[in-house]
Amino acid sequence: MSAVPVLAVDNLSVEFRTRGGIVKALEQVSFSVNKGEMVAIVGESGSGKSVTAFTVMGILDAAGRVSQGTASFGGLDVLQAPEAVMRDIRGREMSMIFQNPRVALNPIRRVGDQIADVLLQHGNVTRREAPKRAIEMLTRVRIPDPERRAKAYPFELSGGMCQRIMIAIALSCAPKLLIADEPTTGLDVTTQAAIMDLIAELGAEQGMSTLLITHDLGMAAEYCDQIVVMHAGHIVEMAPTAELFAHPRHPYTAKLIAATPKPTASLMDLAAIPGNLPDLRAAEIPPCRYSARCERRQSRCDQALPYVLGEQKGSMVACWNPL
Amino acid sequence: MLRLIGKRLVGALPSVIGVLIVTFLLTRALPGDPAAFFAGPAATPQAIEEVRRALGLDKTLPEQFVVYLKDLSQGNLGNSIATGQPVLTEIRTRLPASLELTLYGLLVSVLIAVPLGVLAATRPGSWIDHLCRVMTTAGVSLPAFFTGLLLVYVLYYRLGWAPAPLGRLDIFYSAPTSVTGLYTIDALLEGNGEVFRAACAQLLLPVTALAIFTLAPLARMTRAAMLEVLGSDFIRTARASGLPKGKIVYAYAFRNAMLPVVTTLGMVFSFLLGANVLVEKVFSWPGIGTFAIEALISSDYAPIQGFVLTMALLYVALNLAIDILYIVIDPRVGFES
Amino acid sequence: MSETLKHIRYVLTENPVTLFAFSLFGFILFCALFGPYLAPYDPLATNGAATLKPPSAQHWFGTDALGRDIFSRVLVATRLDLGIAFFSVVLTFAIGALAGIAAGFFGGWVDRVVGRLADTIMAFPLFVLAMGIVAALGNTVGNIVLATAIINTPLYARVARAEANIRRNAGFVEAARLSGNGEGRILLLQILPNIMPILMVQCSLTMGYAILNAAGLSFIGLGIAPPTPEWGILVAEGAAYMISGEWWVALFPGLALMTAVFCFNLLGDGLRDIVDPRRRT
Repeated sequence: MSAVPVLAVDNLSVEFRTRGGIVKALEQVSFSVNKGEMVAIVGESGSGKSVTAFTVMGILDAAGRVSQGTASFGGLDVLQAPEAVMRDIRGREMSMIFQNPRVALNPIRRVGDQIADVLLQHGNVTRREAPKRAIEMLTRVRIPDPERRAKAYPFELSGGMCQRIMIAIALSCAPKLLIADEPTTGLDVTTQAAIMDLIAELGAEQGMSTLLITHDLGMAAEYCDQIVVMHAGHIVEMAPTAELFAHPRHPYTAKLIAATPKPTASLMDLAAIPGNLPDLRAAEIPPCRYSARCERRQSRCDQALPYVLGEQKGSMVACWNPL
Repeated sequence: MLRLIGKRLVGALPSVIGVLIVTFLLTRALPGDPAAFFAGPAATPQAIEEVRRALGLDKTLPEQFVVYLKDLSQGNLGNSIATGQPVLTEIRTRLPASLELTLYGLLVSVLIAVPLGVLAATRPGSWIDHLCRVMTTAGVSLPAFFTGLLLVYVLYYRLGWAPAPLGRLDIFYSAPTSVTGLYTIDALLEGNGEVFRAACAQLLLPVTALAIFTLAPLARMTRAAMLEVLGSDFIRTARASGLPKGKIVYAYAFRNAMLPVVTTLGMVFSFLLGANVLVEKVFSWPGIGTFAIEALISSDYAPIQGFVLTMALLYVALNLAIDILYIVIDPRVGFES
Repeated sequence: MSETLKHIRYVLTENPVTLFAFSLFGFILFCALFGPYLAPYDPLATNGAATLKPPSAQHWFGTDALGRDIFSRVLVATRLDLGIAFFSVVLTFAIGALAGIAAGFFGGWVDRVVGRLADTIMAFPLFVLAMGIVAALGNTVGNIVLATAIINTPLYARVARAEANIRRNAGFVEAARLSGNGEGRILLLQILPNIMPILMVQCSLTMGYAILNAAGLSFIGLGIAPPTPEWGILVAEGAAYMISGEWWVALFPGLALMTAVFCFNLLGDGLRDIVDPRRRT
């Protein structure tokens, strides 16, 4: 595994203009994804995981605005790149799959045609070859009877099948980076594992890096090399998976781990995390956005957040009083 | 798909039966005693009784309904008092004129409303969005007959750009040989460019008046549907796949947004067929609307019933066509349950 | 209640268009109530010396072929046009809302019968059906009101049915049921008031349509007999003069008609904002 980052996000902040005021959805987010690596961003809903992914892809809503920071993808700052360049990169070098695959596909277009659309856009194929290549992709994502399935509409397929189609669309041009935004949400449990295995396998085959966005720490632990924990728009901790589980340093990470079901522990041991995310519209948000929920809170927690680097490469904790 | 279409055809039957019952009841609901009315003011009681028997009004309502259906199945809609002709013949000769007006009205309305709605939805807050909003609110508030009159005043009387609002063709031209009954198409079939141009000139103002009236619901629906579709998950997928904006807006969003718009067409047809009657009067258009108005004024009932029945059956047929169009463009129909 | 008032005030001040619509409504209502007393001329008085005069200081809207003052005629007509629309909407409301609520609340055969009737009415192009009804029942103002009411009924029935259906097992209905109220009583005293605001929005929207419909019917010579001033007839009387250049005869009644319909459409949109703040367009 080489240490050249495919994606390096540095000091990224994103704001949303809403009727209730400006929401600081992301603040000073920095992390990187190396070649061939699978990195997870873990957090509750509203923690800014998806906003991070959308910002990197350049498909943020019109209401969102990058207020500072860079995101370097293969040497190009994707936050500054013109739309035409980004359009060429999206789907070809950097792809994304989403949650609820059944509504993430065009309901009235045959799935084979939807794959062919992307191939025609980026894949250097002719109109004649595109359907054949689409069927090849269906075979690669292990869809049985691909010729027939290529002619199906999304409503005729199961959720798991639709997610395979999504993966086929995303990987059709062999991208360097795949962003998987809660790819198993809305699928049943057995299908979840199959989908994650497929992503991991195809990623390894192609030497592709994957950024997995999930609220499921257990899944992140199973598949990822590195875990980034987000809370209310901040990265509170990141570390290689084994280290994070062995020595969680941020109180929030510790709580998350305690709240994750493990095969060895009984359900009774699951701990709830008290409190809610702070209101990000407020003019005065405490520097540490976890402080209101934190049991280890001290008086210095009111000062600007420290970003304490860990001993291992790629580990960091943003806390005055880490475990 | 054929089975679905067959299902829709069967599904339209209750509507047809309802229409038949209502038109039948309307003929029997004439004010006063219909027999006395048809016998004339000077009739003796015996004469009235004779008329009553002759018209079958002495029978029970269900029996009369059966007779009514039998007459209908033979194409017998009664005779027009004013012209002495069978109502069916009158309607058949006049229907193409009305259809030509309606179809062009719809065509123009769709050609303006749909692009307007799409542009408004893809550029929210822009001047075209505001224009769309003003037009949709103002459009429904303008009675078609009033718009028609304004157009006549400005474009015919003031500017002289349009011909006099007197029928389908200027008197200097003779009508093309009837194939479809639509002058514009018949003229083209005949290869007669001059008559085609003259027929278009006569259509210009009434069609504009109709289009302005029906534009509003279509543009409003297109805008709303486009906005909703553009915010949906699969559009995000298309963007994340790097598809160009044109492809996303037209191949992905537009085709999906057209589904609710096609459904709205039913209501638009209802508006259009009603407004057609009024516009025909303004432009002395020799269609079935003018025919019905003349009959209304002279209390000539058979033509009115024939008119209402024709319009209703036409409307049922149009709605059926919309349903079938929907089946063709939406693969999900029939699978949802 | 004060919350509602505050919200109404917020909507009015926030949206100048709604405020404008309300003011316009006030003005039209004023014309309908006091028009006959304010008209400068007798709307029926002919004047052979001043026929087809363009607008002037004496005759703001000009005069018609018989020398009648068009301003007075348009002003006086407000009451009749608004009256027809108002009574037809009240009638529609009474039939449509009750039938719809009953259908949504009881379901079963009531629902099927109401649905079938509504579908049958909707199977006609509505204006054409109105023509047929007036032709069959007789050419009177009362029948114009009735025909306009009938063609609008399915719209109300549908809205009322949907809203009642959602609420048929709502908490407050269950509570009323448990405290021993009969179903009919629940329908009238619990369900109807609860969905009233939504129906009021519908009322405002159909008011505009009812005015258009009634004016259309009289434009083709149904209902109101000629000397009586009514907007549709006034436009019809002026129609012939459009091609000879006397635009004012048809223009002013047409504008009055348009303004009234426009006002009710805007008002409907505004009321929707008040009733349902989430569905703002």
